[in-house]
Amino acid sequence: MEQHWKSAKGLFGAVLGPPLFWLVLFFMIPMGIVWLYSFGENRGLTDIALTGTFSNYLRALDPLYLKIFVKSVGIAGLTTLICLVIGFPVALAITFAPPKAKTWLLLAVMLPFWTNLLIRTYALIAVLRTEGYVNQSLEWLWNGFGAVVGVLGLGALGPFQPLELLHNNFAVVLGLVYVHLPFMVLPLYSALDRLDTSLIEASLDLGAGHLRTLLTIVAPLALPGIASGVVITFIPALGSYLTPDLLGGPDSQMIANIIERQFKRANDWPFGAALSFLLMYMTFIAIALQAMLSRRRREPA
Amino acid sequence: MSMFSGRGASRRSLLTALGAAAVGVSFTACSQPGASPAAGGEEPKLNFYNWDTYIGETTLADFKAASGVDVNMSLFATNDELFAKLKAGNPGFDVIVPSNEFVSRMTEAKLIQPLDHSKIPNLKNIDPSFMNPDYDPSRKMSVPYTWLVLGIGYRKSKVKGVPDSWKWLFDSDAYKGKIALLSESADLIRLAAKYKGHSVNNIPPEVVAEIEKMLIRQKPFVKAFHEDNGQDMLLSGEVDLVLEYNGDIAQIMTEDPDIGFVVPKEGSLINSDNLCIPVGAPRPNNAHAFINYLLDAEAGKKISETILYPTPNAAAKALMPESYRNNPAIFPPADVMAKCEYGAFEGAAKASLYEEVVTRVRAA
Repeated sequence: MEQHWKSAKGLFGAVLGPPLFWLVLFFMIPMGIVWLYSFGENRGLTDIALTGTFSNYLRALDPLYLKIFVKSVGIAGLTTLICLVIGFPVALAITFAPPKAKTWLLLAVMLPFWTNLLIRTYALIAVLRTEGYVNQSLEWLWNGFGAVVGVLGLGALGPFQPLELLHNNFAVVLGLVYVHLPFMVLPLYSALDRLDTSLIEASLDLGAGHLRTLLTIVAPLALPGIASGVVITFIPALGSYLTPDLLGGPDSQMIANIIERQFKRANDWPFGAALSFLLMYMTFIAIALQAMLSRRRREPA
Repeated sequence: MSMFSGRGASRRSLLTALGAAAVGVSFTACSQPGASPAAGGEEPKLNFYNWDTYIGETTLADFKAASGVDVNMSLFATNDELFAKLKAGNPGFDVIVPSNEFVSRMTEAKLIQPLDHSKIPNLKNIDPSFMNPDYDPSRKMSVPYTWLVLGIGYRKSKVKGVPDSWKWLFDSDAYKGKIALLSESADLIRLAAKYKGHSVNNIPPEVVAEIEKMLIRQKPFVKAFHEDNGQDMLLSGEVDLVLEYNGDIAQIMTEDPDIGFVVPKEGSLINSDNLCIPVGAPRPNNAHAFINYLLDAEAGKKISETILYPTPNAAAKALMPESYRNNPAIFPPADVMAKCEYGAFEGAAKASLYEEVVTRVRAA
């Protein structure tokens, strides 16, 4: 039975207290300090004077940094879209799998999560690099095919040209999709799993095809799941810095790489703080959009 | 990603190469009862903050046997990390190992304290050419531990002759798609200035602008900006030319005879890692004793055997085998070294400027 919180104020306070304390002490206060830094200026090597200046934000709005913001949004957006396209069928398949297989399939989705991100990224490097597994396999096939062609007397194929798979934007998007796919599959699965299958059966009985049922029945009903999947994929992808650092090419820097360099190498914390908060405002906008979307859905049309 | 910057990358290879030397760690020394108390009435402990795999296999145990002082070593990966840790107040470190530029920064920020040379008699072992550097005149604040120089690591079979000019990295499409540059903004700009015939310090703004144009022009031919893992990219055949430190390339040369290293004829940047005592060190007497021990000829030899970086310790170098002393990757020829310079710390504004220039290059 539901009880209004006001009727058990003491209990409510006791339960809410510790997490609230944690949130304020270890999240709100540190974030507040970084937020204050973003209005500060460097004084010497170790001190930051909080002067209330907007110069850090003005500098962050320079076309140079805006372009990098736009590029980051583009890469994160593309990653999210690919995750959605790949993740939706996977989530659907898990939903309709027999209950026993379901557990194993979900485990398989989550398994990579239990491996450190750095290790997974280095594993991708071993797969993609010039003398990596992909290129070695292709070279083997190429040489085998070349031998056959040679035997048939159709002329030589020429030497194998390895594919450029690593150190470019393609590798960054691939790496981000690889890392973020579980973030998309799990919310999609939880939305699809709650779906009333009788609606799907009704649609099929009434003559709609499978594709039409998917697009006009399943997708709209799963929209809240899609929206939360999109948000929790997009946000970490937008702030990723390890993947572009290790898999990217000379122009693959994302905004988080710039922020990292401001805090470390350039020792310019105020500017780094301003860039961080611009990134955070963008995150808030994404969450607000998602909230609006789910509210509109809940209102009767 | 800075987790892999600094001296720590892939030291495994030389550990294998020098495995024999590493066997025989004597821990009996640690359990000797009633070891002599440390000098100065301090508790027999020391907190040492060092780079990863940057000490001899038995050095800390040997020091404990000699002095009774227990050394607790923690590791940092970049100078920025070291600086950030001490910036907020010394958390209890007695000896730290900053690079040359950071000796200046920390002196300016009053984070390290002057050394008492009378407690470090082994300073006599140091090569005199290291005793009066610009970043620490007459060694008031620091003593040299190792030095390193940036150069070009290359795959001999894929490169015509010896690529002994920065041109091949910064201003030529001869090896397009097969070049990796270090992603340290200040180092890149300083070496490009060297290529243009300027000093690495006080680079005039118009030259910085020229360098920016040159690097933007060169960018399409560059495969990646690496995070000090250039030696791995060279070893795996990902690139044929890489901007790296001599010690890192010397390590992979023991694995692959097709790898070479050259310091370009225009000269390069030297870096040096130094032993310092931070302000607020709880046990300064032990710290001096430990620094003195690390400068000992025999202790220095054991350190160099493990880490394979060039040593400024002349007495220790004399004890090292021919294969170390005459290795041109570890000790490049004197005529080239004469053209190398230390990069000075030129203020926070310069560091920010260089960072922005490289951000523009990479965004272009």
